[in-house]
Amino acid sequence: MKPAPFSYERPRDLDAALSMLAANSASAKIIAGGQSLGPMLNLRLVQPELIVDISGLAELKRAEVVGNELVLGALVTHADIEDGRTADVTRGAMRGVAANIAYRAVRNRGTIGGSLSHADPAADWISALAALGARVTLRSLAGARTLAVDAFVLGALESALHPGEIVEAIHVPARAASAHWGYAKSCRKTGEFAHAIGAVLINPAAASARVVIGAIDTTPIVVTDAAELFGGRIAADYKQRFDVRVADALLVGAGIDDAAQRHIHVSVLKRAVLEAAA
Amino acid sequence: MKEGADLRNEREFPSGKSGQGVGARLPRKEDDRLMRGRGQYVADIRLAGLHDVAFVRSPLAHARIRGIHVPERHRGSVFTAADLVGIKPIRAVSGLPGFKISEQPVLATGKVRQVGELVAMCLAPTRAEAEDIAASVTLDLEELPAITDMLKAREPGSALVHEHWGDNVFLETNYEVDISAALDAPIKVTREISTARQCMSPLEGRGVVATFDRRLDQLTLHSAAQMPHITRSGLAECLDMEEGQIRVISPDVGGGFGHKGILLPEEVCLSWLTMQRGHPVRWIEDRREHLVASSNCREHHYKITLYADSDGTLRGIDCEATVDSGAYSSYPFSACLEAAQVASILPGPYKMPAYRCRTFSVATNKCPILPYRGVARTGVCFALELMLDLVAAEAGLEPGEVRLRNLVLPEQMPFDNITRKHFDSGDYPEAMRRALAAIDIDSIRARQREGEADGRRIGVGISIYCEQAAHGTSVYAGWGIPMVPGHEQASARLTPDGGLELRVGVHSHGQGLETTLAQVAHEMLGIDVAKIRIILGDTAMTPYSTGTWGSRSMVMAGGAVATACRELGERARRIGAKLLQHDPAAVVLQNGEVRGVNGSVSLKAIAHTWYRRPQDLPADVDPGGLEVTQGYKPVRDSGTFSYAAHAALVAVDPDLGEVEILDYVIVEDGGVLVNPLVVDGQIYGGLAQGIGTALYEEMPFDASGQPLATTLADYLLPGPTEVPAARLDHMETPSPYTQFGVKGIGEGGAIAPPAAIANAVNDALRPLGVELMQSPITPHRVVAAVLAARAADRSAA
Repeated sequence: MKPAPFSYERPRDLDAALSMLAANSASAKIIAGGQSLGPMLNLRLVQPELIVDISGLAELKRAEVVGNELVLGALVTHADIEDGRTADVTRGAMRGVAANIAYRAVRNRGTIGGSLSHADPAADWISALAALGARVTLRSLAGARTLAVDAFVLGALESALHPGEIVEAIHVPARAASAHWGYAKSCRKTGEFAHAIGAVLINPAAASARVVIGAIDTTPIVVTDAAELFGGRIAADYKQRFDVRVADALLVGAGIDDAAQRHIHVSVLKRAVLEAAA
Repeated sequence: MKEGADLRNEREFPSGKSGQGVGARLPRKEDDRLMRGRGQYVADIRLAGLHDVAFVRSPLAHARIRGIHVPERHRGSVFTAADLVGIKPIRAVSGLPGFKISEQPVLATGKVRQVGELVAMCLAPTRAEAEDIAASVTLDLEELPAITDMLKAREPGSALVHEHWGDNVFLETNYEVDISAALDAPIKVTREISTARQCMSPLEGRGVVATFDRRLDQLTLHSAAQMPHITRSGLAECLDMEEGQIRVISPDVGGGFGHKGILLPEEVCLSWLTMQRGHPVRWIEDRREHLVASSNCREHHYKITLYADSDGTLRGIDCEATVDSGAYSSYPFSACLEAAQVASILPGPYKMPAYRCRTFSVATNKCPILPYRGVARTGVCFALELMLDLVAAEAGLEPGEVRLRNLVLPEQMPFDNITRKHFDSGDYPEAMRRALAAIDIDSIRARQREGEADGRRIGVGISIYCEQAAHGTSVYAGWGIPMVPGHEQASARLTPDGGLELRVGVHSHGQGLETTLAQVAHEMLGIDVAKIRIILGDTAMTPYSTGTWGSRSMVMAGGAVATACRELGERARRIGAKLLQHDPAAVVLQNGEVRGVNGSVSLKAIAHTWYRRPQDLPADVDPGGLEVTQGYKPVRDSGTFSYAAHAALVAVDPDLGEVEILDYVIVEDGGVLVNPLVVDGQIYGGLAQGIGTALYEEMPFDASGQPLATTLADYLLPGPTEVPAARLDHMETPSPYTQFGVKGIGEGGAIAPPAAIANAVNDALRPLGVELMQSPITPHRVVAAVLAARAADRSAA
């Protein structure tokens, strides 16, 4: 389990990194914390000619509140969030998610931008950030563009990143005072990837909800018009009105034909709803 | 708790209460280096000119090899079967009638029969470069139908792993005692039960460093191995060399569990390669190779019927057991140890008048099955203990009560069970009663009636097993495999400064033998354990031994060390008597000195005189000296029987399928314990592995024979958060047949947990109509069973 030969660059600033990526767009891979790419390299599942190590880019380590949203640089680690070293506009929601990602050793090195870029369906951020309504800024030499997280993740290990493009920052909107948050997942054992994730941001006062069913084989199911899941309206009694049959139908629609798998997903989502209501 | 203490007598336990002898809870001597990261494993060995090897392995489970294409630039660095002129395949033949022989070429010849089979060997200065070369080699393979289902593989018309056999059965056995007498029993329960294929997962994988010494005309193979002398015999056979031309050194070994008792094709390949190339070569197994191509174990299937009277008394067992033995017979244990063992050990510690068991060792396109801690006992315990819970349900009895009605009683000891296993001693019902009391079965039943606030369901499960250990010549001669243990030897040498060197042919890879064997020697000679060195893991330095397997080392090597030390003490006593100018009959050896009425002389002074001042010895001194090798066998070599009752309390979430172990109790009887601290460690470690079998570990294959859990992200092992702090209780019933009354206990911890945990899950879910008869118990299996039971409920209603 040794990687195939590759060249290695560690640029000092973002422009240099983008230039390297532009010049080697077909055969370059970006490494930050390396918690996913490292094993993939060693298993020779990826064999890039060039590795661009962005861990020295100070501009991607910033975290600041701008207006009504938190802007997290791509290199912010899970542990940064877990430990409260970054500001929080989600009233603890992100901190709770971060604290349960894999093991502490992974959280120390793994980055939020890397996790999104890798687009593993079982990872936490793609589901949690989709539920929080976060957006992601992508930058290349040609400029920047911003996408909703749920539009960024296209499938298993497949994102909207173009060759030469890099995740620069994640924009997390402030969670309204009236919005309830619930996040649940089921893992075979502590620290393993989840086999079911449920994430909900429910604002009964605004009669709105974002509901995510994650850790399915492909991109998470993101429901932004979630009234049907709650018997047609989102109100203070949403916990009682949660309709497992609608959730099950969503999973059938996503092509999950194994009833036990669907049952676990629905049960986990129900836990997230109960947590939000608690 | 300390029954053994009553049985101590001066002859058997001369050390008295020094705090270092047999029974002392001594911290392990070897931990000073192992816990500080200063162990020396195969991968730590650095030799000048060392080159690394990576293998090209078969990507297919079953295929004919049409061609192996090596790029021009790498010719000379890549070796295939065609290069290995004169190297013989690995053959592990059993003498059991009807056994079909497989030949495992060390590099594939003609066909490949499992994913990961070695096809070519690539040599480079570093492993990364060797992997680059391996990636450049292309194979032209004609894919054949893969045989992956052991039950289908038994059917006529199945594709064949070894064409010339005509079928896929390594061995079929039949054992019967009057099964017809059971058929009219009022309770008859029949089920199919299965255990998943697993991978033994020691922290350290296999690894080989091979070099050739022209001065000694000797191949030196450093290998992470449990049985270096057996490895040497196997190598000599494959390489057609004299055993004296081969030295096997097994340095620190990071866990064995059976995986490291097997002769590897890699060991043969690297031995050949270093002799061809004239420089040292190395192969260190990586975790992917380990999971894909090696270390497979445990895959059993049972079709089993229990017959009982309505009061739960067992009338008989009828069983058909099938074991997926994989593609080849592994050396030295063979492809049939596992299945044939099932037939002989299934009845375990239970009394019954009728029994029938038919077994099949089936060849498939998977890795050879290897004996994993407990070997067949884990599967057997799983099958029988799950069935006994069903008998209890039929009889309307507590599961514990059914055990108590059928277990062998202490007054029946020694006891020959229905398969003529000879139980040396023990009180099985007492272990079960203590386990039931400790888990507090009554309050669990009360709590179950109330229900859980969080919606989960709790359940309690029990299991009991016996572990035949240190079984010797009389047992293994019947198997007719390449290895039959005889008398175990140990060498003891007093050094000129009064220290002691012990040489033994067993090995220690987590068992703490550097401490426990020193305790045995201390018991006999009174020498401080800090001054006792244990030398093991080197065929050039140690007496021949079949090595460490079958929970035999404490019984056999411990007995040999005691015997050698007794003789050494006797020689020292006679010299001491001369120095004291006493009649030898009037002096005794006590607490490290020879004492007579006129005074005493220490072993240290005796050693100093013997080696450094022989002029002080009288002319008629015994010339034998202070170095002895002695052999040992227990009074009976049919094995010691240790046992334990396990009890588990679990909480099951029927919607998520998650199982949490809330409490776990083990009441164990391993005879007299040389070091209870070490025994506790063995039990905790075994429990962790048993929890892996119960809930996590599974190596699935797809229909084309591809292993699907090829990294530790897919092959789940229990970690610290999955293993509860179990509560241990010891009984100490001595074996009447062994030195000090010790019994082997190395494997037991891994045997009973899958059965106890599965019974607990089934106890929790029985009110829902759910029954799980397959390991591991995964969330998906639990939920699927719950949904199936609900559907059945609805259609019934």
